[in-house]
Amino acid sequence: MTFLVGIAIAIVWMKDLIAVVMLAGIYGLLSASFFVAMDAVDVAFTEASVGAGISTLLMLVAITITGRSEQTTRHKPALAFFVVVITGGLLIYGTIDMPYVGAVDAPIQVHVAPRYINDSMQEVGVPNIVTSVLASYRGFDTFGEAVVIFTAGIGVLTLLPMVRSRKSDEAIESLNESMHERHMVVRIVAKILIPFILLFALYVQFHGDYGPGGGFQAGVIFAAAIILYAILFGLPAARRVINQSFIQFVAAFGVLLYGSVGLVSLLNGGNFLDYSVLSADPIAGQHLGILLIELGVGCTVTSVMVIIFFHFAGRKEGKQSMKEEETR
Amino acid sequence: MDVAIEITSAICLLIGSFLCISGGVGILRFPDFYTRMHAVGVTDTLGAGMILIGLMLQSQDILVIAKLVMILLMLLFINPTASHALAKAAIHNGLKPVLGNKERNNTESESSSR
Amino acid sequence: MVIGLYNYWIVVALMMIGFYIVIAHGNLIKKIVGLTIFQTSVFIFYISMAKVDGGTAPILADGIERFSNPLPHVLILTAIVVGIATTALALALTVRIKEAYGSIEEEHIQEKDNQAC
Repeated sequence: MTFLVGIAIAIVWMKDLIAVVMLAGIYGLLSASFFVAMDAVDVAFTEASVGAGISTLLMLVAITITGRSEQTTRHKPALAFFVVVITGGLLIYGTIDMPYVGAVDAPIQVHVAPRYINDSMQEVGVPNIVTSVLASYRGFDTFGEAVVIFTAGIGVLTLLPMVRSRKSDEAIESLNESMHERHMVVRIVAKILIPFILLFALYVQFHGDYGPGGGFQAGVIFAAAIILYAILFGLPAARRVINQSFIQFVAAFGVLLYGSVGLVSLLNGGNFLDYSVLSADPIAGQHLGILLIELGVGCTVTSVMVIIFFHFAGRKEGKQSMKEEETR
Repeated sequence: MDVAIEITSAICLLIGSFLCISGGVGILRFPDFYTRMHAVGVTDTLGAGMILIGLMLQSQDILVIAKLVMILLMLLFINPTASHALAKAAIHNGLKPVLGNKERNNTESESSSR
Repeated sequence: MVIGLYNYWIVVALMMIGFYIVIAHGNLIKKIVGLTIFQTSVFIFYISMAKVDGGTAPILADGIERFSNPLPHVLILTAIVVGIATTALALALTVRIKEAYGSIEEEHIQEKDNQAC
């Protein structure tokens, strides 16, 4: 915990933005290990993959476009420091009344949680209580979450439209050949490892019921594998593998799948997103519903992360090729 | 038999931790980017590997041991590749390694041949 | 009391550091990083609240009686993913600002705006 504070203070001090981003990645990883120490394994998984993986990656790509270092002029740090100290003091005063960390009889543990812990197995039938709450009891919130990710993808699509680079196919091929010689070791190792990463993502997706995992983490790991391929082999090669319109279709398809599961529940006589009516046996219905919506969430998360990365990188490439054309 | 396994696993864990710490000291004390990276790459891989082996000896469940073996394999793949990629990027961007002192070598060979 | 509430005080410290970065630094990327620190500190707060002494992860298994509270875990899962969505959008906006104004320091952007008025 104290390490976290140390890293945060270091981020305040540093001027070089690449160092700041790396420290932010380490911060995410340390907080993920802290979550494991607090028995929150699902959350730790998500924080490690999202906070320490994708977030660092996206910030690095943004920095390659915007520039590496920060200028020193800071306006009125004394006033900001004063405000911060006052707020901090008030917050600490507020925490004095709280129950100690880990107390068994804290109000949070006594009233609502035991109902979920005790009844989750009979009503939903999955051992992972977090997945059962996320996908079944609070399925509507997760629907909103999937739509939020989809909206972020649409937002990036509008903000950073792909600048068509006018390089011919032969230029791309020759660039690829020369790059291959230079990056041979990393490319070969990546070619060995990427199938395993994809397999692991599939494992995480389908084992969300029995252990930590689920749609989000699987989607992020899938996207990480595709982004790794794109980084090492160049954006045009990656675009040939994953077509632009296909990825956008998959993003929309994920949200559509989620919504249609809810609609099918309505058509079968239950409430929206009530999985018990999806099949003859309520427990089997719950399993089927959870499987389908996790699949939908996984599709959306993967495709949106890939879209965001491709558009950030495409922007940088577009600017580079435009500069080359101007200097020619 | 159990005592032997316990002692071996404790030794592995201790050696692993010592290697990782010495890698950290190496980052702080070495003069140049390349020497620092060499220190970290070698000691981190071996240190993490020893820690994993120590953990493997500690557990009884075959599934846990299999997962730890997988993690060890992935570590052996990824760590050297990452160090290589770092070094390649540095050379490509023009960072020159600090070489030894040539005049000192010449004077030493002169004094030893006299 | 310090040991019992240590987690919460660390959370407050992290929150304040993140807050300070957001209000006192001019560079936009640094502000986004400060916002991320703030967000993660709030997650740590919730997860510390969910912990039960002697409990395990909330996955049902034979022979385990006490579990940590799963409800804050669900909240934080959603929050982490929404956080990365907003961070991605913020970074996209920063890239566009850089292209439009030529710099991402707050003072330069405000100067350009004042000149244009």
